[in-house]
Amino acid sequence: MTTTTDLVSYEDALAAYDPVMGLEVHVELGTKTKMFCGCSTALGADPNSQTCPVCLGLPGALPVVNATGVESAIKIGLALNCEIAEWCRFARKNYFYPDMPKNFQTSQYDEPIAFNGYLDVQLEDGETFRVEIERAHMEEDTGKSTHVGGATGRIHGASHSLLDYNRAGIPLIEIVTKPIVGAGERAPEVAKAYVRELREVIRALGVSEARMEMGQMRCDVNLSLMPKGADKFGTRSETKNVNSLRSVERAARYEIMRHAAVLSGGGTIVQETRHFHEDTGSTTSGRVKEEAEDYRYFPEPDLVPVAPSREWVEEIRAALPELPLARRTRLLAEWGISATDMQAILNAGALDLIVATIDAGADAAAARKWWMGELARSANESGTALDELAITPRQVARVTELVAKGDLNDKLARQVIEGVLAGEGTPDEVVDKRGLKVVSDEGALTAAVEEAIAGNPAIADKIRGGKVAAAGALVGAVMKATRGQADAARVKELILDKLGVTEG
Amino acid sequence: MPGITREEVAHLARLARLELKPEELDHFAGQLDDIIGAVARVSEVADQDVPPTSHPLPLTNVMRPDEVRPSLTPEQALSGAPAQEQQRFKVPQILGEE
Repeated sequence: MTTTTDLVSYEDALAAYDPVMGLEVHVELGTKTKMFCGCSTALGADPNSQTCPVCLGLPGALPVVNATGVESAIKIGLALNCEIAEWCRFARKNYFYPDMPKNFQTSQYDEPIAFNGYLDVQLEDGETFRVEIERAHMEEDTGKSTHVGGATGRIHGASHSLLDYNRAGIPLIEIVTKPIVGAGERAPEVAKAYVRELREVIRALGVSEARMEMGQMRCDVNLSLMPKGADKFGTRSETKNVNSLRSVERAARYEIMRHAAVLSGGGTIVQETRHFHEDTGSTTSGRVKEEAEDYRYFPEPDLVPVAPSREWVEEIRAALPELPLARRTRLLAEWGISATDMQAILNAGALDLIVATIDAGADAAAARKWWMGELARSANESGTALDELAITPRQVARVTELVAKGDLNDKLARQVIEGVLAGEGTPDEVVDKRGLKVVSDEGALTAAVEEAIAGNPAIADKIRGGKVAAAGALVGAVMKATRGQADAARVKELILDKLGVTEG
Repeated sequence: MPGITREEVAHLARLARLELKPEELDHFAGQLDDIIGAVARVSEVADQDVPPTSHPLPLTNVMRPDEVRPSLTPEQALSGAPAQEQQRFKVPQILGEE
């Protein structure tokens, strides 16, 4: 299919229309077992080795809800400031598609376990935007299809498909926002910030690793435009399975430009599912959306209602960890850094590493300095993520400790880190093997200082005459003589002392 | 009570992937109408104050701990499959060419 799609520029689109978004995020829970049966959820198993009569939908099989799945759903609901249902049911969402052997997905329909919440998200410049949450409900994942015989593994043109049901039944929480209005030109940015914040919340709760590249978190972007000043929403398109933060932003942006072109050309938007293409950043038409009633939802007769007691809910609430936004706000204040600095730390994926380094005994400023400086540079050069570097927060803390004690100066510390990253051992082992220690032997230092003074009489005279700044040249000479292994501050003290000058 | 129309039966049949002959559509429309009419009589006795019942048992919160139980072997899982390939269920073409 090679039809070209008309687009108008992003600026022109926003000059004429206001975007309205709805984001649906599916999170695969990290439970050990599936939502309704005891089959393992471990990744990478042999095809169809983690199935049973329940998740294969064999006659007579009876599902039983995973208690941890329900608890995780409540945790997510509470973290998103939702109300938790006192009583709710599962429902069958009926459809025929081979990814679900039961011919229905067990989901929740008009009685979600959590509803009416919000999540505050921060944009890159530190501005906060509140995204209202409609609901979070429990359901199950589908099996994995492999399409055979088509051009590029696509369903179109495939001769047949192969199904692995290991994933069928893995607990999913679907989180749906209320319509996001008023974001204007920042709508795509808000979408990205929302999904990122949600991912951080999910991780902080420990209910899922929420790795988008692994499909553990997937986003559908609903988008419509309405003429500026209007209050009636336009027809929406739903872009499915957008699987990276960057793609969320690009998909929203693309759909804004596409809708604007259709609408300003006098056309109408078709309510349909669209697919996002990572390579081109564009979307193409999928199937025309079935009406909601076509799923013929009805209460799941095989599962009894879930009625979380208020005691249980409060127990879960009391045990919630500090949530990411609150934590960032606290750390920002504690460290006395700007929103921009914090954003840089987040973008580098350094926050947890810095906190772990501080927890291991490092000074906050030193921990930030090493992770955002030397280590960020090293990760950048080798094209790896910071947390994949071959150095632990504990080891970084040890390096900062050695610097604080005066055993290492910054230059030597960099060499120690280089050694650890190169696999030469722990910081202490690298210090020993490479012989990297600040010369703290006062006798040796004093000798080097005297030698430097004797070798540079003109400079020494200047210093005696009160030009303290000239001491730098002598410090340099001493550092050179000790191959950088001296504490520069101590060297300066010794020089001034010898020449009978006091600083300041 | 409004009757079940022929069109509604045809729509349901399509959703259920059932191929019905024209005379069957009429036949089932009448039958479904009778069934729904019979069930609808419940609303005549159940007033606003009677909540709809989806489960006959007064049970809630039946849950199991998150503990792995043995699964079927792939051979057992696939034993009822009409066709298989690469230890997976093989299904006919889902969509044709665009």
